Amino acid sequence: MKRIYVNEEWCLGCHLCEYNCAFANSGMTDMATALKGKPIYPRIHIEGNDKVSYAVSCRHCTDPICVKSCIAGAISKTDGVVRVDKNKCVGCLTCVLVCPYGSLAPDESGIMQKCELCLQNTCGEPACVKGCPNRAIVYEERGEDE
Amino acid sequence: MKQYVIIGNGVAAAGCIEGIRSVDKDSKITVISEENHPVYCRPLISYYLENKTDPERMNYRSADFYEKMGCDLFYGKKVIHIDADSQKVVLDDGTKLPYTEVCVATGSAPFVPPFEGLNTVEKKSNFMTLDDTFALEKAIDKDSNVLIVGAGLIGLKCAEGLHGRVAGITVCDLADRVLSSILDTDCAAIVQKHLEANGIQFMLGDTAVRFEKNSAQMKSGKTVEFDTLVLAVGVRPNTALVKDIGGEINRGIIVNEHMETSLENIYAAGDCTEGKDISLGQKRVLALLPNAYMQGHTAGVNMAGGEEVFDKAIPMNSIGFFGLHVMTAGTYEGELYEEKTDSSLKRLFTKDGLLKGFILIGKTERTGIYTSLIREKTPLDTIDFKTMKKVATSVAFSPENRRKKFGGVV
Repeated sequence: MKRIYVNEEWCLGCHLCEYNCAFANSGMTDMATALKGKPIYPRIHIEGNDKVSYAVSCRHCTDPICVKSCIAGAISKTDGVVRVDKNKCVGCLTCVLVCPYGSLAPDESGIMQKCELCLQNTCGEPACVKGCPNRAIVYEERGEDE
Repeated sequence: MKQYVIIGNGVAAAGCIEGIRSVDKDSKITVISEENHPVYCRPLISYYLENKTDPERMNYRSADFYEKMGCDLFYGKKVIHIDADSQKVVLDDGTKLPYTEVCVATGSAPFVPPFEGLNTVEKKSNFMTLDDTFALEKAIDKDSNVLIVGAGLIGLKCAEGLHGRVAGITVCDLADRVLSSILDTDCAAIVQKHLEANGIQFMLGDTAVRFEKNSAQMKSGKTVEFDTLVLAVGVRPNTALVKDIGGEINRGIIVNEHMETSLENIYAAGDCTEGKDISLGQKRVLALLPNAYMQGHTAGVNMAGGEEVFDKAIPMNSIGFFGLHVMTAGTYEGELYEEKTDSSLKRLFTKDGLLKGFILIGKTERTGIYTSLIREKTPLDTIDFKTMKKVATSVAFSPENRRKKFGGVV
């Protein structure tokens, strides 16, 4: 199934993906209104050191431990996408405790949010991929199981 | 066709149902539920008191879950015996249900010490079930003073849940610190201080020895007046069904990594079991929701003739009080690495070249990377542990390992 992959040799560490993610999930139509002067809570983040950088977001694992561990039954996987029901989440952060990739972080209210591949927001395709200036984040089929 | 019976209807049972159905779409599954509720998120009962959720949202699965999964439910029924010879479970109303495989997912029950005079206390409650929670909610009002016996996870989450809905909350525990099962003395002191700053009062190293109506006589000689009593001393695994027919039990029902008990065609999962804690290298009861689901799933797959092992169990908790998050995992033995700021504390424990356990307070970003090091028993000499111990980050993995994790390169 299609997944988001990163190419750390090409990542510039520009953090544009974080802004594009926050904007795509803001529900707003203007990027400046959505983000200017506000702390952002993107569902993707750049990690790295002085030599390398790369973007980290949900891997939509074949056997997602967050789904099995959620104490609120709020995380599920349908059609290959791991989703969180923010209405059920209580912000206990058990998913943060178990995600081996360090992909998950809560929103500003402490409730979990996560990469859902922009399939249900206004972008319709992963905004981090679409906006990456160096094709360091791609959304493609590399033969991994759903 | 097989005929599965699941005794219990908690999260381990839900995992078992989903595990069975991942292999066998057709055979009948019968679930015996003592509680008159579909499977719900037990740890959310304190969030219910806080008004952060409600019974509908607390349902662990969607309303059509059992129907979709092809399950027959017996609500309000108790299994009194497993007849292993004839492969039947016997219900309290005399019904006998044949099985080809049975999963014992009976959970645990509150342990209530034989307090003198407990029967004279009018308003008292455990804090384990949704019905306990409704009863507690009925028993309190804004003028109530509540005494909680037990400063463990259940007692303290109850205190947080009641905060703002009652006049005063006192928590006592025979242990000298809060959360004594998961925190060391220093870490417990931080959490206690935070709870005290939010108005919770403590009497530690002290416990009730005698009750007389609305008054508790403490071990220290003090007296505590209260309106409502919550008993949260501890829980005990419900092992009787397996014990009665000669199955191997210790504190919990002994299971292997396939979730098989010592008895043929009888599996067990969840809080009633005792499986191997790989951080400790010994069997112990790990009464945790993620563990219950994963054990249940493994049991289900194997009951249905599939092959799944669950050999990565460790104690792990993510728990928050009044905005302060605490995450713990594994075993606190070996060499200590510590980082401390005004608002956070990190303790990592390493031994034999492995991360064995941690306690993180206040700062918990990407903690799952640490948890995975314990679960996967990652040799620390294969990663940049100098970087990793300061901050949980995948940068500390080798480039090859990282490409595998984030590039799908196998």
